This record gives sequence, C-alpha cells and structure tokens, in this order.
Amino acid sequence: MKNILKLLLVALLAAPVKLAAQMPAVEMADTFRQDGKIYVVISIMAIILLGIAAYLFALDRKIGKLEKKD
Amino acid sequence: MKGIWWKALGIILVLYSIIAGLLGEVPRLVILNETIRVLYYHVPMWFSMVAMMTISLVFSIRALGEKRGADLRASEFAQTGFLLATLGLLTGMVWARFTWGNFWTNDPKLNGTAVTMLIYLAYFVLRNSVEDPAKKARLAAVYNIFAFVMMIVFIGILPRMTDSLHPGNGGNPGFNQYDLNSDMRPIFYAAVLGWILIGTWISSLRIRYKSLSNEEHS
Repeated sequence: MKNILKLLLVALLAAPVKLAAQMPAVEMADTFRQDGKIYVVISIMAIILLGIAAYLFALDRKIGKLEKKD
Repeated sequence: MKGIWWKALGIILVLYSIIAGLLGEVPRLVILNETIRVLYYHVPMWFSMVAMMTISLVFSIRALGEKRGADLRASEFAQTGFLLATLGLLTGMVWARFTWGNFWTNDPKLNGTAVTMLIYLAYFVLRNSVEDPAKKARLAAVYNIFAFVMMIVFIGILPRMTDSLHPGNGGNPGFNQYDLNSDMRPIFYAAVLGWILIGTWISSLRIRYKSLSNEEHS
C-alpha cells in the first residue's frame, strides 16, 4: 500500500513534466549538436581567444622588459 | 595587482564561458532559439564596461586629490570601457536584428547607450585638448565624475522607468524566464568576471606603455 501511494505521488509529480515535453518543441540546433559540429565552433572560438591571450602575454613581457631597463 | 595568476584566470573564465556556454542547457524559447546563448557574450561586455568606468571614476576622484598618475589611469580604464561598449553595441545590434527585427530600435537602453558613449568621447577629447598636466588632470577628473553619473542615469535608471525591449526593464515575459535560470547563471557570471579581469589587464598594459613613453618625453 505504501509503495503504491509512493508510485502515485511520483506519477502525479511527474505529470506536468511530461505535459511540458509534449508541447510543440521550439526549434533548436539539435541536429547540428548531434553531428558534433558544435565542437568545431568551440575549437575555433577557443583558438582565437587563446591566440589573443598569447599575444597579450607577449606584449606584457615586452613592456616588462622595457620597464626593467629604466 | 601583481603577478600572472589573475590574467590567466580571466582567460580561463572566458574560455569556460565559450565551452560551457555553447554546450550547456538553455531554455527553449521562441524567437530567441539558440541565440539565447548570446547572453554569455554580449551582456558581459556591458557589465565589464560599467566595471571599467567605475574603476576610472575611482582614479578620477583620486586625481582630484592630486595623486600622481591617477589621471592617466582613469583615462586608460575609460578607454578600455569604451572599447567594451563598442563591442557590446555591435554584438547587440546583430542580436537585435534577428530577434527584434532591426539593427537599431528606439529602445531607451540603446539610445541611452549611444548618449553615454558620446559623453565619454567628449571626455577623451577634453582630456587631450589641455596641455598643462595639472590642469588636465583636474579638468578631466571633474568631467569624468559627471560622465559616470550620466552613464548611470542613461543606462541604469531611465531604461527602467519606461518600457524597454531589454529584459528586466519593461514588461517582456518572453525574456524573463532566463533572468533567473540556474543553468545559465554560473556561466554568465564567470564570463562577467573573466571579462572584467581581461579589461583590467588591457588597461594595465596601456597604462604601463603610456607611462614609459611619458618618461621618455620628459
């Protein structure tokens, strides 16, 4: 009896979630993600960011050397 | 701030926002669709811009106390803030085109931002037009305090008093859902902190470079 009550409670709580899942889905780039193409985008953005970071670090060091000279 | 750790931290936080921002779960909303992720890249521009302008304000107040070098620091932080604002405006225009339908709408926040940027442009012009360093420092500091107050009025207060397309201002329930989304919040705040650190780094590079070239002149 207790178990059945528990099950009923879970089913009741889960009902709105199921209802939400049945609503017309908003279009997202799901296929694009499944193909794994999103990793291409991430790699490219990461390369650009890291490239700019390396450039800034190099600039930082160059200015540091000039400061030491004075 | 000395050391390399905070610079690396800034880069790592922004890198995290790129990876987690593109892979993470986001609410499925009509019109916005996947572009909701722009929140991680467009909005931190404004948050970090306001941070740069606040640091600039602090240095301007110090410059009034005739602290050496404060005027230069105030100006360079405002320059970085201006760069971030430009990037925020351009990214916002692209986002607006595909969600609101136009590159520029008469949204109070957009017009307020445009006015704010003009006010800061006037700050740079004013500061560069005075020769005498002491006079320059005082004049620029007073104007920068005024500019900061205007910025708060134009992008912080006025848009909240009228209807705005931006979330959190006028009524726009379509956007309110992501305001408090727990999946998005950590990534968003990581991006904000990361960009503030990178902005501080760029400003510090400019300050050091400018101080070096000033020493050479004198």
